[in-house]
Amino acid sequence: MADTTLETPAVIPHRRKIRWGTVGDHAVLILGSLLMILPPLLALTTASHDAVTIHREGLQLTLGDDLGKNFHAAMFEKGGFTQTVDGMLMLMNSFILGVGFAVGKIVISMMAAYAIVYFRLRFATLAFWIIFTTLLLPLEVRILPSYEAIQKLGLTNTYTGLIVPLIASATGTFFFRQFFMSVPEELAEAARIDGAGPWKFFVDILVPLSQTMIAAIFIIMFVFGWNQYLWPTLITTDESFFTLVRGIKQIVLSYTDSQIPEHGQALALAIVAMIPPVVIVVFFQNWFVKGLTESDK
Amino acid sequence: MAQVSLEGIRKVYPNGYNAVETTSFNIRDGEFVVLVGPSGCGKSTLLRMIAGLEDITEGVLKIGDRVVNDVDPADRDIAMVFQNYALYPHMTVRKNIGYGLKNRGIPASEIDAKVQDAAKMLNLTEYLDRKPAQLSGGQRQRVAMGRAVVRDPALFLFDEPLSNLDAKLRNQMRIEIKALQRRLGTTAVYVTHDQVEAMTMADRIIVLNAGRIEQIGTPSEIYHNPASTFVASFMGAPPMNLIDAQVDQGQVRINGYNRVMPAPAAHSGPVTMGIRPEDVTLNADGDIRFHVDILEELGAHRLLHGAIADQPFTVMVNKDHAADIGETGISLKPDALRLFDMETGQKL
Repeated sequence: MADTTLETPAVIPHRRKIRWGTVGDHAVLILGSLLMILPPLLALTTASHDAVTIHREGLQLTLGDDLGKNFHAAMFEKGGFTQTVDGMLMLMNSFILGVGFAVGKIVISMMAAYAIVYFRLRFATLAFWIIFTTLLLPLEVRILPSYEAIQKLGLTNTYTGLIVPLIASATGTFFFRQFFMSVPEELAEAARIDGAGPWKFFVDILVPLSQTMIAAIFIIMFVFGWNQYLWPTLITTDESFFTLVRGIKQIVLSYTDSQIPEHGQALALAIVAMIPPVVIVVFFQNWFVKGLTESDK
Repeated sequence: MAQVSLEGIRKVYPNGYNAVETTSFNIRDGEFVVLVGPSGCGKSTLLRMIAGLEDITEGVLKIGDRVVNDVDPADRDIAMVFQNYALYPHMTVRKNIGYGLKNRGIPASEIDAKVQDAAKMLNLTEYLDRKPAQLSGGQRQRVAMGRAVVRDPALFLFDEPLSNLDAKLRNQMRIEIKALQRRLGTTAVYVTHDQVEAMTMADRIIVLNAGRIEQIGTPSEIYHNPASTFVASFMGAPPMNLIDAQVDQGQVRINGYNRVMPAPAAHSGPVTMGIRPEDVTLNADGDIRFHVDILEELGAHRLLHGAIADQPFTVMVNKDHAADIGETGISLKPDALRLFDMETGQKL
């Protein structure tokens, strides 16, 4: 047998050539990361100063003493016009909007895609393309009629009114349609012979198969819902329905003539608002990438 | 267990394509019938109509004594094995096999016992808790079999179940499937494009071509007495030699030769003459001259490819029979000659 241990190669001193291409790549990456990381960092440091300092001196690069105080005030002190809303309530509202939107969207679009792909409907293709064209009509475009409809239904200042109009768009349906079309047809046939009706096939086979897909879409949709600003502003006037993204603005605007806006608290809230999407994306990254790139069939 | 009868079954797709012409045949109880033909001949469509996955355009399909034209696949008392196995990727082997039982509301303890039995029969016991992705091709094939067997159906349907396996495994599974079917005594319909599978597994073969039945018969009948030139050239490897000949006063004469042989059928005029490559012997003195171009070594046999009178011809000789490229004489086994109509290709 040949000796299998590796011999360490003799160290030959040589000048490493500087690869300028690599240096350039890294410079771009570092600059890019700085560009992304600096604003939140600045928000964090600024949030650690009291309102007067911020108002007088602007953004702060150093850490001050009021970090805890500002965060506490932002999250737990009742504020707003009615003095009944605190950060926790807004956090909850944001979660309800984010999760409700993501779940609602997944449920609706999976069922729509299921109908389009697996059932011989008349005009199924037409239906799909009609759904698809709604991609061209995001909520912002149809905001007036949407508002009118919700208002007439008496759904302003409700979670339903907040969530449902956002759900109506084609992205999820499109993703699920593409995924379902890649599932081998024999699977549906085998299930039919195995005595699984349409509902059982959907629940027992299609949904488990779509797991990674569902996770990926959940992440995208959660972040999208969480960051909604325009629609919540329009549809909720009752402060108890305010979301975090909305609440930040409320703090900045809430000063009466003698008071300085609580910039520190607003920035604290902004940081809180950033955390959940980041956490979700960081923790579910694997699922996310899996869902969009491979399909385990 | 059941017999299956097709009466005037026909399939026309909505786009007007005639997939299966009007066909009728019966499958006896416990029989293993193989549908064989080239791709696009309608064999899979026929099977899928029996399964209920494809609507029947015309005709009556009976499984047992029941007309099942409009019966849901789940209620036809059939089980099907698919070419790509169609195992549920997220379920363990145990759940895959038991899924059909679970959907029929059978109590969990009974399902478990049946799954165990099926797994034992197919040597899958130790893999019951694995997922399909963790199994080899042969094991997946077995799971697909298990899913069919466990339900104890009246009819097995196989849609090219072995074509995704490598050659060695295919031979082994061929024997296993056949043995299993024998043991269970369940009627089976098996679709394949592989004529070796058809020959080795079938009790009866149905040869299909372009949506029509060319011939129904036992493997031996199909092999020795093909009903048409299509069957003659499709079944058997290498296929039957087909060469132009003349029949005159009960004597056949290959075009370009004077040698005559007694004709096996009363006819006169030009015909296509068929003879299996193994029914030809090399004979240096033979007056039919065979020009060998290529020599194919198969181990047990040698195939000599070449031409007689400029028509392609193949001879199969035993391994210990010397053979070489070049010209040689051959003689044909007289009772192995088959004659076909030159125009229609039908047997005379």
